[in-house]
Amino acid sequence: MTTIVRTSIADQPRYDCRDAYVETLAELAEADHRIVGVVNDSVGSSKLNSFRKAFPDRLINVGIAEQDMVGVASGLANGGRIPFVSAASCFLTARALEQIKADVAYSNTNVKLCGMSPGVAYGELGPTHHSIEDIAWLRAIAGMRIIVPADPIETAAALRWAASSEGPVFIRVSRMSVPKVYADDYEFQLGKAITVREGNDVTVISNGTVLWRALAAAERLAEEGISARVLSMPTVKPLDTDAVVAAARETAGIVTAEEAVSGGGLGGAVAETVVQHHPARVSILGFPEFAPTGSAGYLLDRYGLSAEGIADAARKLFKTGK
Amino acid sequence: MTLTVEHTTMPVLGRLPVHSSRAEQIAHIAEAAKQIRIQDLKLVHHAGAGHIGGDFSAIDILATLYGAVLDISPATVNDPERDRFILSKGHVAGALYTTLAAFGFLPVEELATFLKPLSALNGHPNRNKVAGVEANTGPLGHGLPIAVGHALSAKLDVSLRRTYVLVGDGELQEGSNWEAMMAASQYQLDRLTVIVDRNRLQQGATTKETNDLDPLPEKAAAFGFAVVEVNGHDHGELLDVLSAVPFRPGKPTFVIAHTHKGHPISFMSNNVAWHHRVPDAAEYQQALTELARYDRGRV
Repeated sequence: MTTIVRTSIADQPRYDCRDAYVETLAELAEADHRIVGVVNDSVGSSKLNSFRKAFPDRLINVGIAEQDMVGVASGLANGGRIPFVSAASCFLTARALEQIKADVAYSNTNVKLCGMSPGVAYGELGPTHHSIEDIAWLRAIAGMRIIVPADPIETAAALRWAASSEGPVFIRVSRMSVPKVYADDYEFQLGKAITVREGNDVTVISNGTVLWRALAAAERLAEEGISARVLSMPTVKPLDTDAVVAAARETAGIVTAEEAVSGGGLGGAVAETVVQHHPARVSILGFPEFAPTGSAGYLLDRYGLSAEGIADAARKLFKTGK
Repeated sequence: MTLTVEHTTMPVLGRLPVHSSRAEQIAHIAEAAKQIRIQDLKLVHHAGAGHIGGDFSAIDILATLYGAVLDISPATVNDPERDRFILSKGHVAGALYTTLAAFGFLPVEELATFLKPLSALNGHPNRNKVAGVEANTGPLGHGLPIAVGHALSAKLDVSLRRTYVLVGDGELQEGSNWEAMMAASQYQLDRLTVIVDRNRLQQGATTKETNDLDPLPEKAAAFGFAVVEVNGHDHGELLDVLSAVPFRPGKPTFVIAHTHKGHPISFMSNNVAWHHRVPDAAEYQQALTELARYDRGRV
């Protein structure tokens, strides 16, 4: 067990994962000259000012031009560099989707795509700036690996993994602050679920900014005598289907909870697996529509991505599934 | 019509020694271009598919690059210091495969698999399946940004390796090209050469009728490029220009190669109908006859 759940995870200090991102990227760049950053004017929003100061030649800013940004990254990889593309996830994945498909995934180039401030992190800026579709879009692309880290430790670990493994990957880097879920010695493994809380009544599968809320939900359920298993699923693609099938087999049902659309993301991946391998009841929490005006925290609560919302979905599955 | 190895008749030409004279190089390129056209015609006719208009528009440029300009050979195809050529107009894959075969990057007999089930020779090129292909192009407007990225990597490496990208003129209607041109200029990528296959035709009409690119030289210059115009079917002009880059220190080069789609076949040349039409038996024979008479790249 690598979790550090004390009295309540909700009371732990919170961190912006972008800080872990830039700190780790600088460490990796120091150790490996092939690593470069590629941005679309997103130096500040990616918190890369210190990186630019340390490696002025190795932060390539193509300007506000996402298609060019991803194509340039592909060309840099052709020349032996390891580009970490760093841009707001909404623009990176939507505007450059064809470059991600053709120049990165289909070409199988060694490009690391880092989607900053994903989900509803931009809150009141609205659906144009929300990136709740990114996972569903990229999940449709063969060969794309998709990682949604839950805290600063997992963000750093995923980056280290990405730098040391060949091939395309998309990593979400959260802006909304989160408590630490993992111990400092956590090592990322692609395609592996982590049981962050044992339980046999019902399962919650989550990742990203919602994982700690899933743990908080499990705390509430425990007080009611419901033992909830919480699976952290940082890799949405390739999915750990064994862990999903085991949860379907051993518990009353599966709740998925993610900061993304409720169709085609982690919930979709889990549902596809369950339906084909061990039919079970699945409740998918996410955003079913363009979100109205509101802060990121407000929006998560509104769509049931709170401790109480997740607990409620799990309760329903458990009570009707026994 | 079934494409078989019997239709893969092209001789492997290879490169001349580097100390060969300019006249010898030009003659070699001309012979290569002729053989590539004959072979490509056979591919398209017998496979029953392909983009022969664009193929024939680009073949003199491809033959010049692979025949005498690019520092790349079958032996150095994975050398990090090789020159890069990126075919952005990926739909002329048939011309690229035939050119690569002419210079020994893939067996000539493999051309018989063109477009067949499970062939490496897809309708658009795949770098993971064909030695010598640098990028999986096909959707338009992708090659130029990739070329800019490679040229940036060379600059970071303080390497003299060069980057060439061939774009169609209609393709320049994609905005991503202009994004990339701004970046190329900003980063002063003077070992990057963009070659425009300026045949003035796109799928169904002229570029002028569709979304006029002119004044193209002025536009490219305004985006920070050193602009050169050449006859894209004249091997001497192509050789001189493509070997001479950079034209202006600190500036990327923009070569507008004036070409004709379907060149030099009388009934195809500059005819919009031949974007991806397949020659029938009579047209095939006439084209073969015209190619046999055609010499030295002169229009």
